[in-house]
Amino acid sequence: MIVVREKPLEKILETLSPYKNILVVGCDGCTQPPRSLKEAETLAKLIEMSGKVKNEEINCKPTTLIKQCCNTSVANLRTQLEGYDAILTLSCGIGVQTLTSMYPELQTFPAQDTVFNGYEETRDGNIFEMCLACGDCLLDETGGICPITRCAKSLLNGPCGGCVEGKCEVEAKIGEDQTVKNDCAWYLIYHRLKDLDKLDLFKKYRPPRDNGNLHPQIIGTLERY
Amino acid sequence: MEAFSNLMKGIATGKFVYSGELEPHNVCTEVTSVIEWAKTLKGIEEILAANVTDNPQSFTAMSSLAASHIVQEASGLELVYQLRTADRNRMALASDILGAAALGLKNILALTGDHTTMGNTPHCMPVFDLDSAHLVDLVHKMVYEGTDLAGNEVAGPRVEINVGVAGNPNQEPMEIEILKMERKAEVGAEFIQTQVVFDLDIALEYLDALEYIKVPTLIGIFPPRSFGQASFFDKYVSGVTVPKDFLDTFAGFKEIEDKAKRKEKIDEFNIDYFVNFVKEIKKKKACAGCHVMAVGYPDVIEPIIAGVEK
Repeated sequence: MIVVREKPLEKILETLSPYKNILVVGCDGCTQPPRSLKEAETLAKLIEMSGKVKNEEINCKPTTLIKQCCNTSVANLRTQLEGYDAILTLSCGIGVQTLTSMYPELQTFPAQDTVFNGYEETRDGNIFEMCLACGDCLLDETGGICPITRCAKSLLNGPCGGCVEGKCEVEAKIGEDQTVKNDCAWYLIYHRLKDLDKLDLFKKYRPPRDNGNLHPQIIGTLERY
Repeated sequence: MEAFSNLMKGIATGKFVYSGELEPHNVCTEVTSVIEWAKTLKGIEEILAANVTDNPQSFTAMSSLAASHIVQEASGLELVYQLRTADRNRMALASDILGAAALGLKNILALTGDHTTMGNTPHCMPVFDLDSAHLVDLVHKMVYEGTDLAGNEVAGPRVEINVGVAGNPNQEPMEIEILKMERKAEVGAEFIQTQVVFDLDIALEYLDALEYIKVPTLIGIFPPRSFGQASFFDKYVSGVTVPKDFLDTFAGFKEIEDKAKRKEKIDEFNIDYFVNFVKEIKKKKACAGCHVMAVGYPDVIEPIIAGVEK
């Protein structure tokens, strides 16, 4: 899933300050934590209340879309646009751009920062970054553990000297002031491959990646299946 | 493989060799003190070369290429140009290697380097286009195939540089480290200089485990000048542990109030401890020498080497 983090309300209000009628659009797609109709309703109320505190009339309408990363789904918003002068979306960065391209007559603003592709350890638990969408998956060789994402240096031939007692020298931040020691991905890979009796894959030299094919990429219709 | 540097030539003769370490100051244009230290090391016959660090712990320092050249010219001591992949992509690394060859540098120590968030410029873009094994591959290709990693041919005089890597005997389990070294040997690592080791048993175990790879190894030592320095290694240097007895001895030195007397005792202990340490590692087949990292602590280096070699 694509993991997002809510932008500070003050920042959203500042961005929206010239606008009085705002369509607040959730996304029922893969965005995590969920950013659907319920979250759009909450954010719409917060914006309206903030307006009232300043004696400003702000009119927000919450709604949602099945997924904002597809024009077919986003087309359903057209009937709801009348009377609004801005769109605020709770989607990831993809949704912001899809709405922008579909509805250029209005400006679409992000309510979220898109942070990574991740997984949820338990329901409502911590969410961990798992895939950088690098386009050259080597999970078949690394025991199902991604060094490109989970090694802070994206090493192909790890671990580095910064692996101490199985932990990475780089600490991960949780929120404003909490840090945790991350597992060293290559330490995990070593143990996984050892268990599988495939240490030859650990020892294998992996040559430098081809970094010549970077963004923006396109997958053509014919390549889809 | 060919020996281009005095360090590799020394190793090839089977002589037990020593290398030292030089550290340009953080964010500083001045290298006079580094040159002075290099001259001191040059005065010790057994020391064949010294490393010049590259943004150690990810703190900005003078380009190690510039510093290596300046110090090598001014001191006459052969240098090991440390080069980390943390800050440069493969194109920049290749151009630095070409520059090193043109400037007459004969050794490169290929490092990945600490993560950039650890140092004094934590918001920079970490590069890591290559890792240390890739950098070995790059140098090796330039020397023996005359190309860079993209296959571009090197024009002009041949690149004549020996490439080494950093080892970490403190890595647990040690098998991780040994397999890594085997991997680096396969792509052309010609010598290993290790992270600091204080625990003799670890050093001996490492040398035994490493023997089959047949890459000459220089074990890193660092005689500490104070309890603070010893405990700093124990607490803050990734993967380094200092044996409790060693730390307790240094804690005892803290009690000596007279500074000169304290220094005398510390020097005495360091010389005694490390002479024995180096004598023991020297018995191992894989051990080609010792990398002495006592920057700015000349008083013990000469006596340690003399104690081992007499």
